[in-house]
Amino acid sequence: MSTVTTPAGERAARTAAAPQPTRRARRHLIGTDTFFNGFSHVFLLVWAVLVVYPMVWAALSSFKDDAQIIREPLSLIPHSLHWDNFARAWTKGGLGSFFVNTVLVVGGGVFCTMLLGSMAAYVLARYEFFGNRFIYYTFLAGLPVPIYLAAVPLYVGTFKAPGQIADFFGRIPVVGSSIGSFIGPYLGPNSRVMLILVYVAWSLSFTVFFMHSFFRTLPTTIAEAALVDGASHSRLFFGVMLPMARPGLISIGIFNVIGQWNQWYLPYLLMQPSGGEEKKQVIAQGLINLSVNQGYKSDWSGMFAGITLAMLPVLVVYLVFQRQVQAGLTASITK
Amino acid sequence: MRHGRARFITGFLALPVVLYLYYVVAPFGQSVYFSFTSWRGFSDEKPFVGLDNYVRLFRDELVRKAFWHNVFFLVAVPVSTIALALFLAFLLNVGGQGNRAGIRGVRGSSVYKVIFFFPQLLSLVLVAILWQALYRGDDQGLINGLLMKLHVISRDEPLKFVSDPTPFLGVPAVLWWLLLIAIWGGTGFYMVLFSAAMQSIPRDIYEAALLDGASRVASFVRVTLPLLRDTVSVAWVYLGFIALDFYALVFVMTPSQGGPNHASEIFASQINFNAFNSGRYGYACALAVALTIFALLLAALQLRVIRRDRIEF
Repeated sequence: MSTVTTPAGERAARTAAAPQPTRRARRHLIGTDTFFNGFSHVFLLVWAVLVVYPMVWAALSSFKDDAQIIREPLSLIPHSLHWDNFARAWTKGGLGSFFVNTVLVVGGGVFCTMLLGSMAAYVLARYEFFGNRFIYYTFLAGLPVPIYLAAVPLYVGTFKAPGQIADFFGRIPVVGSSIGSFIGPYLGPNSRVMLILVYVAWSLSFTVFFMHSFFRTLPTTIAEAALVDGASHSRLFFGVMLPMARPGLISIGIFNVIGQWNQWYLPYLLMQPSGGEEKKQVIAQGLINLSVNQGYKSDWSGMFAGITLAMLPVLVVYLVFQRQVQAGLTASITK
Repeated sequence: MRHGRARFITGFLALPVVLYLYYVVAPFGQSVYFSFTSWRGFSDEKPFVGLDNYVRLFRDELVRKAFWHNVFFLVAVPVSTIALALFLAFLLNVGGQGNRAGIRGVRGSSVYKVIFFFPQLLSLVLVAILWQALYRGDDQGLINGLLMKLHVISRDEPLKFVSDPTPFLGVPAVLWWLLLIAIWGGTGFYMVLFSAAMQSIPRDIYEAALLDGASRVASFVRVTLPLLRDTVSVAWVYLGFIALDFYALVFVMTPSQGGPNHASEIFASQINFNAFNSGRYGYACALAVALTIFALLLAALQLRVIRRDRIEF
């Protein structure tokens, strides 16, 4: 019906003996085709520009000096490349330490989430025991609940934790109080370990839900064969089932990395020093503070450099793994 | 096969369950308990006041405002994001030249997809900070600067963006400007999602439609859209929950985090303000419980709508 016909289309057209359009109608169709194609490209290009332009503008502005930013805010071409903006944002702005904190917390958080989440999901999906359904639905119930419901208790509890833990262990004679004062600070405010545990707990609902449905789909025969061969339950899990669940693990892993990397409210709430020690901020939290302080210092070039530094690694990782990221993220929400 | 089964189950479940109970379930319970007290944080004394906080909540002008702003986001964000994402996905998959049998993507559709996906990777906080630079109220801002250069607006009357409380269609302007950011950030992801769903629709369905003389637009409306219903409703659920949680935008961008003059107050900003700026822990918890009930009702409603018969192919 158009200039290019696939064999399949042709065959279908013949067998169905569809009414053939007249020549004029055919030309008309080709005309709308071209028009439609051009129309599509225009719209798609406009949206692409709208998406990319602000990011490119911010990235290029980070090479300008303050004077140029003020005089020519819109220009895309920096007069000279001011790499010192990045150095300033990294050291003075504190982006360097934000990165270290974020990488440590998200690395630990995602690893533990995946491990604990798939362990729980596996047991709940493939073993029948009393209370199985109850535990599963308890995990599921956490899904739609907004984090703000826990804000006050989490805040209060975290700030009280060191003292409570010291008290608890203090009752054990001889070694108790030293154990308490050792563990306490790790679970108190402004501690990366505490933030990791909080992230893990809050990521469990979705991870368990997702992996549960994944483990359900795996064939039972392989598991039975492994058990007959004398594998223990935990060996069966780590050696057979977990590797078979790899596609699911990748999807939920990407989902958790992005989710925990972008988390800002929990760090804002909990990563506050109770004494005089330095605040261990993650990127999202640190950027908020930087942009608020911006009002006083007006280091615009440093700010743009900070935005760029926060933007680039994620985009680079994405460009390398874009297929997996797109597939992983879309799979994790349609499950 | 039986040996060590119980020990294995306990061993695998213990740690996740304990963590979940300690950091998620217990705080929920505590919040519900605190919401019946007038606890103000600085002492351990938590005077029980029954439903007082809830009664007060219904009379609180700011809470009412916050509620309607939440509802605005809840309706506007999914509707506009899904509409735009569907439109772009349609252009991307059906806009191609030639071969009218089935959907044919435009040239370079994978490049478009990669680009459109970018904002999804930036955290909401980073998006907010980036847009702060775009939304500046003088000629330094990208949007004001461009519009002044094109003489669309005069130099003396720049757009005020997030510090503009004047209502437009009954909703403060600041919320519309925030909505724009949400659309910018969300559309790409849902477009990729819809696009993937469109490609999984078998070609013979389109061929049949084309043989029947359906045009592109007709086959999109009559064939593609109904078959996308599952995906669209999933997107709607997700966007609904994201829309309830636009606190990052409000927190970073608006003056006094909910302003100007409370024009961008949402539930989360009210909870945070009452708890950590005024020390009204009990009242903040009551607000959080109200928000949770709202979210649960929403989830139940969405589940009901989604759970109709699925089309398998």
